Amino acid sequence: MTVTTVTAPQSPAELAAAHGLTVSGARPSLPRYLAELWGRRHFVTAYAGARMQATYSTARLGQVWHLMTPLLNASVYYFIFGVVMNASHHVPDYVPFLITGVFVWDFIGSSVNAGTRAVHGNLGLVRALHFPRASLPISSVVQLFQQLLVTMGALVVLLLAFGQTPGPAWLLALPALFLMAVFCAGCALVMARVGSKNPDVSQLMPFVLRTWMYSSGVMWSIDSVLRTDHLPHWVTLLLKTNPAAVYIDLMRFALIDSFKAASLPHHVWPIAIGWALLAGVGGFVYFWKAEEEYGRG
Amino acid sequence: MADTLTRSTTSTDRTAADTRVPTVIADEVHVVYKVHGATRKGGATAALSRIFSRRPAPGIREVHAVKGVSFTAYKGEAIGLIGSNGSGKSTLLKAIAGLQPVASGAVYSHGQPSLLGVNAALMNDLTGERNVVLGGLAMGMTRRQIRERYQDIVDFSGINEKGDFISLPMRTYSSGMGARLRFSIAAAKDHDVLMIDEALATGDAAFQRRSQARIEELRASAGTVFLVSHGIGTVRETCDRAIWLESGVLRMDGPSGEVCDAYEAFTSGG
Repeated sequence: MTVTTVTAPQSPAELAAAHGLTVSGARPSLPRYLAELWGRRHFVTAYAGARMQATYSTARLGQVWHLMTPLLNASVYYFIFGVVMNASHHVPDYVPFLITGVFVWDFIGSSVNAGTRAVHGNLGLVRALHFPRASLPISSVVQLFQQLLVTMGALVVLLLAFGQTPGPAWLLALPALFLMAVFCAGCALVMARVGSKNPDVSQLMPFVLRTWMYSSGVMWSIDSVLRTDHLPHWVTLLLKTNPAAVYIDLMRFALIDSFKAASLPHHVWPIAIGWALLAGVGGFVYFWKAEEEYGRG
Repeated sequence: MADTLTRSTTSTDRTAADTRVPTVIADEVHVVYKVHGATRKGGATAALSRIFSRRPAPGIREVHAVKGVSFTAYKGEAIGLIGSNGSGKSTLLKAIAGLQPVASGAVYSHGQPSLLGVNAALMNDLTGERNVVLGGLAMGMTRRQIRERYQDIVDFSGINEKGDFISLPMRTYSSGMGARLRFSIAAAKDHDVLMIDEALATGDAAFQRRSQARIEELRASAGTVFLVSHGIGTVRETCDRAIWLESGVLRMDGPSGEVCDAYEAFTSGG
């Protein structure tokens, strides 16, 4: 039982301290924040699963669209780049090359895009309930990762159909997927904070993302196209070490027989790990720094 | 006059206060929020320059919604917040919940005050069943707690009284059914401090009786319940204390009967 003095009139702050009350809405420390986030892991996955299921719930074909959409996307790119513009000219196994690129890029690009809207698009939720706000961008990425796993299943079937032989090298796809997921979660966290302060950023993202996509060799081979041009070496290097290109090429290297290690930049695994760590850790800390400010103003 | 009334009730409270445990203390709380005007949406170049220059967008107006409100809420109280539209009641609740920053002053609270606002986490395209789980997780319940209380939540909402509606998507529910399910999910958790913003106006008579009983239970078990309502009748029946806000200023704080009488006299007079 706490005994409070009756004689002296207490100030509200003293009364609060005497009964162990705390200031509402203060930012928790980083370890505590991580613990809170871990405590909400079921919410993160349930929210991701719920949104995944709700996406096509009114469509007549329902969940089939999770598979149809990326496949249709890939066939459009095949028609434009492979047939009309003949980008397939220098690339052996162009169809597997293209599909892997499109599917992986879909995940990276949509993660950044979804991150931008993760906090700003859920203001109702942010203003109504208490939970670590990082749950929102992370749950967006979890949702997109589930989507990626579905398309990866389709990719495997397509690869087999186009005559690729499964081998132990395919296992390299697993660490690549993992690093990619960490990288994307970090990007989503950064963009979530930026997008919550500047909602206008989401209007600019399509242009940024399109530029990023075209310069990352999603539907053309950086290696074979730029070899013939007289571009300085550092431009090629920059294009090839940009995170999207690194992860896409790692997946191709893992899954496609004719995609040799020579097409990869030097030290590709350290670079992939570095990007994941930089985005993952940096993004998380950057997001946490503004934790108490989301959904306000 | 209202000012003197406030003072007298708080000073009589203070003698008895020492045995009671405070759960929420508001100390000279001011809330100011920014409203983005319609001029905000410009062309792409305007947006670009705003992003890089970090200048505040034109057309932002500041609204001083709560002006220096102080009160102490104790364990076991049900407090009704009354006042005309736009008097700052909902804003004050958000400030107590820590969801809206205070411009000056402070709010101290026991545990985490929660706004009965689970609706934002629910998805109309999913079944009632999935939404019970999702809403529970969003409020921070564990999967096990949700499993244990699932049947209570469904029974309380009365959704299944007219057939197996809980397994249908929520978009097929009538607005009353949706509101009942939302309240049932939100009330399923034990809160230290629970804040209800205009939730009891929905639902039929039987459901309103059940929800009043549930509020009574929460008060008894947990702590403090805040209720924002325009229905003075609801405040009289459910609350033992009332706080009357008028344009952001605390006009009166005391037993709900007295405050409601004064408020009714004020509204009928002016």
